[in-house]
Amino acid sequence: MLNEQGPQKARSVIDIRGLSLTFETNDGPVHALSNVDLDIREGEFVSFIGPSGCGKTTLLRVIADLEKPTGGEITVNGVTPEEARLARAYGYVFQSSALYPWRTIADNVALPLEIMGLSASERKERIARNLDLVNLGGFERKYPWQLSGGMQQRASIARALAVEPHLLLMDEPFGALDEIVRDHLNEQLLKLWAKTDKTVVFVTHSIPEAVFLSTKIVVLFPRPGRIYDVIESDLPRDRTLDIRETPEFLKIAHRVREGLRAGHSYEDS
Amino acid sequence: MTSASLTLSARGVAGTQRFLAYAITIAALFALPLASHADGPVVAGMSQLLLGAALLAGIGLLIGFGVQGGRLLDLMLLAVSGVTAILLLRFVAAYPGTVKGGFWALVVALWLSSWLFVERLSAWDVTDRAAKRAIGLAIPLLFGVWVLVLWELLVTGFGVPKILLPAPSDIGLRFASSIPTLWADFRQTFLKAVLIGYAIGCGAGFVTAILVDKVDFLRRGLLPIGNLVSALPIIGIAPIMVMWFGFDWPSKAAVVIIMTFFPMLVNTVTGLASADRIQHDLMRTYAANYWQTLVKMRLPMALPFIFNALKINSTLALIGAIVAEFFGTPIVGMGFRISTEVGRLNVDMVWAEIAVAALAGSAFYGLVTLLERVFTFWHPSVRG
Ligand SMILES: Nc1ncnc2c1ncn2[C@@H]1O[C@H](COP(=O)(O)OP(=O)(O)OP(=O)(O)O)[C@@H](O)[C@H]1O
Ligand SMILES: [Mg+2]
Repeated sequence: MLNEQGPQKARSVIDIRGLSLTFETNDGPVHALSNVDLDIREGEFVSFIGPSGCGKTTLLRVIADLEKPTGGEITVNGVTPEEARLARAYGYVFQSSALYPWRTIADNVALPLEIMGLSASERKERIARNLDLVNLGGFERKYPWQLSGGMQQRASIARALAVEPHLLLMDEPFGALDEIVRDHLNEQLLKLWAKTDKTVVFVTHSIPEAVFLSTKIVVLFPRPGRIYDVIESDLPRDRTLDIRETPEFLKIAHRVREGLRAGHSYEDS
Repeated sequence: MTSASLTLSARGVAGTQRFLAYAITIAALFALPLASHADGPVVAGMSQLLLGAALLAGIGLLIGFGVQGGRLLDLMLLAVSGVTAILLLRFVAAYPGTVKGGFWALVVALWLSSWLFVERLSAWDVTDRAAKRAIGLAIPLLFGVWVLVLWELLVTGFGVPKILLPAPSDIGLRFASSIPTLWADFRQTFLKAVLIGYAIGCGAGFVTAILVDKVDFLRRGLLPIGNLVSALPIIGIAPIMVMWFGFDWPSKAAVVIIMTFFPMLVNTVTGLASADRIQHDLMRTYAANYWQTLVKMRLPMALPFIFNALKINSTLALIGAIVAEFFGTPIVGMGFRISTEVGRLNVDMVWAEIAVAALAGSAFYGLVTLLERVFTFWHPSVRG
């Protein structure tokens, strides 16, 4: 870690070296990840993009200690992923909202806070603040099944944010939403990130989404899953949706697309 | 409402309703000549029956010709049907086993008119929630009353021997005159054996399910044994329980425990396994411990399964307790009463006990269903 000496470089949040993960299945081993090296620093917004089945979710789950690697090393906040999880170092947003239907929206957001043992007044304050953040103020008493899919997903983001983690892991959180809602949530997410200096790791299938949000884009390759390209974005930190028309944006998008193409043709051959 | 609103309209009545209306008319008209030509001395009550037939035929014609009377006409239909039913009941009570064809034609007309009324009632367009609920209640209630009336008319009209099937009125009289006995039996069987056995059986099944779920060797060891016990025939267990726990209610409660334990165990184990991976992962990311995961996620997920077992068991418990009393009991209890009164050919007492069992069983089941609605309001099958 030579470059970490420089004062301008932020602290390393996730450090992955030579990471491999092989699932033993009935049809033989599946090499989901092979020899992955990645360094994610504080305040970065990192997107994983790549063809379906290339191991994006698996990599995110390894970081979250939902999956144990079979080789290599990984630290989160300088400790093992398990220690980081037990210290509640991250918030995880799943692809589906996974809200509990017997709890109101407010009570769903309160769930992790109850588990953490926060006081009722502290819970109340965090619920209100985070629901406002995702524009769900006024829906506290509704049940998840009374809300649209987009609202449910926003509630699940509020639930992850309520833990107030420095690290946010998001697995295609907007995958099932329409273009307009998605744009809107992207903007809100970016604002939140710029405001709070959180580190975000974000899985997506959408090139514009990845380029718009990220400071670093990781293109993955399938079979076995590994990193093909890491693109550092030099777009300004506070961006608006208009940036998607600029040449700088299109240049980065082009490079991402090239990487994805390579991955796909690799898969076809 | 005035007669001015009883206007003629060809489009007023839907197809099946019109058919029903004509059928009532025809059936009632059949009753007219047959009743009036009844042989023998002039039969008292015959003129009243004629009145019933005329009323039914009249209202059938009104509706059949598409007179639009709205709800007033529908209520008139109900009133006419009710009056006819009372006349028929009085008539058949006076001449049990000797009624003729005209009487039965009128019974058919009454049946059709009740059907027509229910059809029209369900077509009432009400927006008020209370009114909706009242109509939702009225339809099964009317159906129940109708079954009792028909039962009474058939059994008395054909002169069916009481041993085979007593009329509802006989059962009702017997019920009213034996309330102290019925209450003592109910207390012995339902309030003691059923409720206590049910609570212990369901509670033990639930606790065992949680243990089985947590400790793997218990799952492999206990589930097959539980399965085996639940397959034991009740007529084999009941005498053994009497030998173990004596003649009084504890031996019956033991039978109930054995019957209710396994459904609760299996359903709860299934329910606890019903959470999917993403929900477990979610609790894992919060670093939730075993009890937090159990209480905040897995038990609520299991509730629909648990209530399923509670409902099944509410029926099983009553059957178990009553049947178990056939194998030795003190001289009180619903099962005891049924077995001894059958021996004495007091069939109406047997039916009175059956009525108690049916009422208690339905109320018990209804209560559990009500609780289910309260606690699993969020489940797609309830919130629909
Ligand atoms: N629990 C598991 N057991 C066996 N194989 C698995 C398991 N989870 C994932 N895999 C395999 O690992 C590979 C990577 O899966 P992963 O879900 O990480 O892909 P992904 O990039 O997230 O795909 P998508 O874009 O479709 O979500 C796939 O081949 C998948 O079949
Ligand atoms: Mg995935």
